[in-house]
Amino acid sequence: MIAETGLAALWLAAGLALLQFVLMIVALRSGADVRRAMRSIAVVQGVLTLVAFGMLLIVFARSDMSVALVFENSNSAKPFIYKVAGAWGNHEGSMLMWVTILAAAGAFVALLAHRTSERTTVAALGAQAVLALGFYAFLLIASNPFARLWPAPMDGQGLNPLLQDPGLAFHPPTLYLGYVGLSVAFSFAVGALLTGEVDSRLARAMRPWVLGAWVLLTLGITAGSYWAYYELGWGGYWFWDPVENASLMPWLAATALLHSINVLAARGALKAWTMMLAVIAFSMSMVGTFLVRSGILTSVHAFAIDPQRGTFLLALLAIYVGAAFTLFAVRAPGLKEGARFELVSRESGLVVNNLILSVVLGVVFVGTLYPLFVEAVSGEKLSVGAPYFDAVAGPLALLLAVLVGIGPLIAWRRERRPVFKPLAIPALLGVTALAITIILAPGMRILPRLGFTVGTYLAAASILPLVKRNPLRAPLATWGMVVAHFGIAVALVGMAANAAFSSERLAIAKPGDILTVGPWAVQLADVTPTAGKNWTAIEAELRASRSSGVITLAPESRFYSDPPTETSESAIRTFWNGQLYTVIGKQDVSGAWQLRLWWKPFVTLIWAGGALIAIGGALALLGRLWRLVWRPRRERDWRRERYA
Amino acid sequence: MSRAVRFAPLVFLLAIIAALVWRLATPVDSNVHSTLEGKPLPAFDLPPILPSKPALSSADLATGRPHLVNVFASWCVPCVTEVKVLQALKERGVPIDGIAIRDRAPDLADFLARNGDPYERIGSDSQSRVQISLGSSGVPESFVVDGKGVIRFQQIGPIEASDVPMILSKIEQAR
Repeated sequence: MIAETGLAALWLAAGLALLQFVLMIVALRSGADVRRAMRSIAVVQGVLTLVAFGMLLIVFARSDMSVALVFENSNSAKPFIYKVAGAWGNHEGSMLMWVTILAAAGAFVALLAHRTSERTTVAALGAQAVLALGFYAFLLIASNPFARLWPAPMDGQGLNPLLQDPGLAFHPPTLYLGYVGLSVAFSFAVGALLTGEVDSRLARAMRPWVLGAWVLLTLGITAGSYWAYYELGWGGYWFWDPVENASLMPWLAATALLHSINVLAARGALKAWTMMLAVIAFSMSMVGTFLVRSGILTSVHAFAIDPQRGTFLLALLAIYVGAAFTLFAVRAPGLKEGARFELVSRESGLVVNNLILSVVLGVVFVGTLYPLFVEAVSGEKLSVGAPYFDAVAGPLALLLAVLVGIGPLIAWRRERRPVFKPLAIPALLGVTALAITIILAPGMRILPRLGFTVGTYLAAASILPLVKRNPLRAPLATWGMVVAHFGIAVALVGMAANAAFSSERLAIAKPGDILTVGPWAVQLADVTPTAGKNWTAIEAELRASRSSGVITLAPESRFYSDPPTETSESAIRTFWNGQLYTVIGKQDVSGAWQLRLWWKPFVTLIWAGGALIAIGGALALLGRLWRLVWRPRRERDWRRERYA
Repeated sequence: MSRAVRFAPLVFLLAIIAALVWRLATPVDSNVHSTLEGKPLPAFDLPPILPSKPALSSADLATGRPHLVNVFASWCVPCVTEVKVLQALKERGVPIDGIAIRDRAPDLADFLARNGDPYERIGSDSQSRVQISLGSSGVPESFVVDGKGVIRFQQIGPIEASDVPMILSKIEQAR
């Protein structure tokens, strides 16, 4: 009964989404007042999808093996938390989660959107309904999560130990929330293009959604990077892998949107460009989902591959993005640009920011899809590796980081004061850092050296907006910006330190041998076999020492029997000034073991920086929400008077 | 804004969609190719495990005719079904040698008595050393080795009845 309830709720929600879309068309054509009906429909639709998703969680929590999806992806012996997480750890469940978040976001838009005009709100809700409708169709036609099995099997097949990882259980929901937050920006943009009301009110309505989505994407990317770092055992934090790029591209677009939306909100300028970015940001989310789910590009992150699902997702992508781009092409000439601005102004600074971010987005997009096009033209198989991305995106990112220090100091519209004066101290610090790296490490490559220089400069420059004013009275949004920009500096220094000072040691060692890596002397004390519930392993005992004290690390090389897989469980120890990272590999014929050791100074700053960026975004969001909740009261009272 | 600029995103999108559709429509070579294919077998010399069976060393596999080397174990459940397929391959004239992983003589004798014995030689890899040097991460796995002792093909997982023609053609190519 539970599964059938979920399926029924899903069908009802799909019906309501269709009704919502039809109502939008009627309202836009006839001008009828459908706002109240629309809002109730959107809310009920959101509740119904939550019911459907709740039912899926229940069948997974109860290990109801008569549901095919549970049978394939769960097992009664799994720990409870992974039983529940198994609900979205598969294709059907994750698509249901996607549509649930989408519909719930639609319900919140219906409840909260009082900043845009009635017509624009109705059009945006209609657009959100069409988006949901496509995914309902996908679920109900091509991937029903509630399909039954008869007779019900005794127990399920899903005991894959590799998927029982807290990172994998909570990483996808974070990214999905981010993607779907961008869908609201998309719907608002489409709604505003339909009604022609692209103005600062629209920007203010969109902004919390974009900020929230951006925070979650930042968190998701940072966490994903750390997961790949400790789990894959390669000692790297970013591989420019298609699946990683799939999450980076929406983030880059959202970052650009986040900045241009401020221009629209404050000055009513950059209308067409901001609408374009809102469409692109969500398109990149769909491209990302498509790349990951269709398996069209080969990747180290293996996912189940199904060309049919890929085709369906591609069709949805073509319809939605194609329709939005067409709408843009038709409506863009009608948009009147708002207030003009001079060459040296906050607006220009944000335009430059957007240009650089767009170029980086283009670079990543082309690099990710290039192998596809080469194969289409010449039949040659190739992959674009880190050297291309590092060489092209690295200098652009550094240039952007330099400008990040300047932009927030420039006034809106027109800057008459000398802007560079307060930057003297940060610039001096940057040059000092440059001089120190030249003296202490003359052989350092150019990118890490510039990374140290720009990172040090930006760390100082980023806090300037809080200097010379009472920091406690600065708006929360300003604090958020400062924290996020400071986070960029922190991450930059971490990346530079990792690139410049990491020492790596690959060696064959017998028990008793001592290897040195960086400041550490590491002894392979012993190698012993060990076993877990469904794996056997060899475990090395490593004794590492530097100036004082000895620490023990125990990296493992595991062999899982079902399915037969081999994983390396790296052992990592974190210190205030870096991480010692150890991996044990295979044994050679002579009986010696492969050991890989890294000393990575200040590598943790990379993720600390990512976390700071996300915290900054969250602070800004809090500041905006504060206003959204408290200020509209007055506005609503005022409106009520006017309508009365 | 000129017409060309306004429609540029749409045109760009259509081009990309066309490329992706083409990519989805053409099948991909999704086989995992072992990095050991084309390389000589690592040198090994395994002891016998059963008194009735000769032992296996890498020298036994460079005798001028192709062999199928099966990495298996009596404790491995998929091996039970696989050994019957191996029997069929043996009847088609394929010489099959076994590497028994972490196995004990009585268990193995019992396994062969119950399920059939397609093996010419069986070496005992009690510590998985040879298995690891072969780049094999589980049981069962099989290797087609040509007459010079070079690995021509690696099958990960059991050989199913439907794989028999494919294995026969690999053996034929290795001649």
